[in-house]
Formats: sequence, structure tokens, C-alpha cells
Amino acid sequence: MSTVLEHLRYRDSHEWIEPSQSPAAVGITDHAQAELTDIVFVELPGVGRHVAAGEAVAVVESVKAASDIYAPVAGVISAINDQLSTNPGLVNSDPFTEGWLFRITPDDPSAATALMDAAAYRQHIA
Amino acid sequence: MSEPSGPLHLSPLHAAHAALGARMVPFAGWEMPVQYSGLLAEHAAVRGAVGLFDISHMGQVLVSGQQAADFLNHVLTNNAAHLQPGQGHYTLMLLPSGGVLDDLIAYRASEREFLLVINAAREAEDWRHLADEADLWRQREDGEDLRLSRLSDQCAGMAIQGPRSRRVFHRVFGEQAPWPERNTLLVSLSETGPLWLCGTGYTGEEGFEFFPPTATAPAWWDRLLEAVTEEGGLPCGLGARDTLRLEMGYPLNGNDLSLEHTPLEAGLGFFVDLEKPSFIGQQALVEQKSCGLPSRLTGIELIGTAPPPRPHYTVWKGDQPLGELSSGTLSPSLRRGIAMAYLPTAFSKPGTELEIDIRGRRYPARTVKKPFYHPQPPPSQP
Repeated sequence: MSTVLEHLRYRDSHEWIEPSQSPAAVGITDHAQAELTDIVFVELPGVGRHVAAGEAVAVVESVKAASDIYAPVAGVISAINDQLSTNPGLVNSDPFTEGWLFRITPDDPSAATALMDAAAYRQHIA
Repeated sequence: MSEPSGPLHLSPLHAAHAALGARMVPFAGWEMPVQYSGLLAEHAAVRGAVGLFDISHMGQVLVSGQQAADFLNHVLTNNAAHLQPGQGHYTLMLLPSGGVLDDLIAYRASEREFLLVINAAREAEDWRHLADEADLWRQREDGEDLRLSRLSDQCAGMAIQGPRSRRVFHRVFGEQAPWPERNTLLVSLSETGPLWLCGTGYTGEEGFEFFPPTATAPAWWDRLLEAVTEEGGLPCGLGARDTLRLEMGYPLNGNDLSLEHTPLEAGLGFFVDLEKPSFIGQQALVEQKSCGLPSRLTGIELIGTAPPPRPHYTVWKGDQPLGELSSGTLSPSLRRGIAMAYLPTAFSKPGTELEIDIRGRRYPARTVKKPFYHPQPPPSQP
């Protein structure tokens, strides 16, 4: 059974974002990391880049496949998780904390609240 | 590789895979486990201990009769006459163009009986090709004594690979059972049918492949898995099978072997006997050898931090595209990207600096000698 955290919001493509935070951390869910299997490489966006909601901004790769990661909201990338360049497995072992991907300063600070809450995401992956 | 449409074949071990929580994928018309606990752990188990693979998707053809050896020398590249009963070798089946229909292992079970173990993706095509060629052969003078049996549905298959394979073997078959040495075949008759034990594999490690009758496969799997677990090993899926074979530079048919390239270009000349009397594809190979090889299947290693290389990524030398990767992966043992590509011969020499295009960005790479990884010798036996 995958972990779904109450305080986060979720995109249907399995990214999570901290709501009502600016900048807000973004990562992939426990469900997604389990589906992707052993992650061996993470490609992250450039800091300062403006991205649209739903834009492919990062790539998470297992040995078998490369998967696009989509921006949950529009905004500017303000930081990336440098640890993932040497330890991409953090996305598997700790997807909600140490394995965060990037931080984004949302154009609309309330945009994330329009995404799925924990209950809706649990339904989504059931 | 494109997947044929229609329902997928299920392995006789399907229920065992489900019970182990395997992740299943379509492969060559079969639904097969790609991983159980995780690809990296499974890969490491084979390099460091032992792994158990379901290879029931592979096909088997029995060729028998007084004409068997001569017929195989006509349809395969290696010299079947050099095999003593109980020996096997790697060999290739070509079209007249010299392109590769399939690569396979041929074992001589007895003077007049050979077992061919062929790829799942080519099983139907191989069978049709062999059956057509056998029909032609039987029309030759003295050619009648030749029989082909398609055993693919009657045989399951399991591969036990890794430095502790021998210990697994003796746990399951008894301390006195003769170990199938590399490239040898042991046939054991049971009340349910023959058990084929082969000293072969696709990982570079010591190990054996085991083809029992389909109905008995689940019981054999359970016994082998228990022994593998006792030896600190794991059940392993097709994911680890692919990274293990690529670390050895072994070609995968459909990726690294195709009708577009000859075995000489693939670096498999050792398994082609150009001196033997005529075989299908011989003329094309002789001509290619005399003209020089246009391309060679070349080992490529990425330098520094880079995404895993994958099939179809383009290889560049300056502003010149040289070809595309036929296979590529992150090597779990070496922790760097490894790949193979057919490159023009002039660029295939080890140490040639290249670039690989990954999602529009170029990453530095160089050509290297295969294998990429050298297995550690197994511990000496007690």
C-alpha cells in the first residue's frame, strides 16, 4: 500500500506539491516511485526557468525507462535537489522529503489548491 | 521491438510469478516477469551469488536422423560436425543475404540428434524456415533421413546463473550429479519426458539452463527457488537478464542482430565457419569479407554523469551522425552508461571519441572493447 500524505496536493500524473507555500517543493509520489522501480538518473530543470502548468520539466529514469515529470502549477523554478545527481535512489527511498525534485514559485499562490487532495489521489491510484 | 498483437502466451510458471509479486510485461508474444524485488538487486544477485530466471519463452527444435549434422551445417553458420555428443555451441541462422534470422545454441544430444534452443521472438519464423529447408533437403539424394520436432510447447525453461550456481545444482540434483560443464549438454530421462541440462547462459557467469517438460515446471521452479534462496540468491526478471547480457556485450536478436547486418559485422565471426561446405548466407559473407566490413557492432561507454543510453539514440562524431544505438543501459555493475551500435568501421576502433544525443543534448562517449564487464571467477569448489 503506497503512502499518501494528507498535507500535499497531487497531479493525476503522480507529482505532489506543497500547497500554500512559496516556493513550494515538488516531487513524485510513493506510488509513482514504486511503479517506476529503481531510479538511476534524474534530469532537473534549470533554476530561474518559467514553466507552464502541465509542462514536462524533468525526467526520472529507471534502468528500463525514462519518464517525464510535469509541473503541477505554473511558476518559476527556484531550486533543484542537487543531492539527486549523486543519489537518485532518494526518490525511491524517501519520495516525500529527501527525494524532492525542485521548488517552484507559483504564479498564482493558490493554484495548487485546485489539484487533488489526498483523498482524491487515493481514489485515483486505487 | 514491436510486439505481435493477439493474446500473450503465459509461461507455465505464471502462477509462481504472480505469487512472488513479479511485475509482468509483454515480451516477444509472451507475458513474462521483468522484475521481482528490483532490477538492481537482481542484477547484483547474479554477479555476487545466484539468480533464477524463467526462460520458458525460448523455443526448442529437435533435429534428428542420419542427415541431421549435414542439414544443420547447411542452415547454421557454426560447424555442427565439430560437436561431439554432449557438446553445444553458439551458432547463427542466416538468410542468403547474410542477414541474421536468429542466433541460437545447438547441442548434439547424440550422434544423430541435435537440440536447438532459439529465441522466442523468432520461434515461428525459425520453425517455418527450418521446416522449408528440411523439405528441400529431403529431396536431395540420400537426404530423406531427417526429422524435425517442434518442442517449444513441451519444454519449460529456467536459467540458474551466478557464482553459486554449482551449489544450487547440487542442492537440487544431488551431490553426485554431474555438473553440466560450459557448453555441454546432459539429458536425463524421467517418466514425464526428457530433462535437458545445459552448461550455458546469457549473463557471463557460471551457470546452467534447464529445460524440463512443461507440466513439471512449477515443481522444479519451487525446488530451484528454494535452493537459490538458501544460497543468498534471488528470482530475476528479464530486466536484469538484459543488463547482465549487455555488460558482457552479448547481442540481443531484434536489437543488435537483424537482417540488416551480417554476423561478421556483429563481431561473431568466431561462430561462422566459412571453410565448411556451402551454408545459407556463406556467399554473402565471403564477398563481404573480401570487400571489407562496412560497419561493426561497437561497444560504447558514456563518460561522466549522463542519463542511461537507450536504443535508437543517435551517435555523433562532430557534425556527422554515425548511426544509432542498438542496445544501451546503465550498467549496474560499472555504474556508467554502456551501449552498442553499428558504426562505420573507421570509427569502431577502441578509444574513438564520440557523442550520444540524449533528448537533444550531446553527452561524451568513447568506443571500448567488449565485454564491458569481466565476471569474477567463481570461488574454488570445496
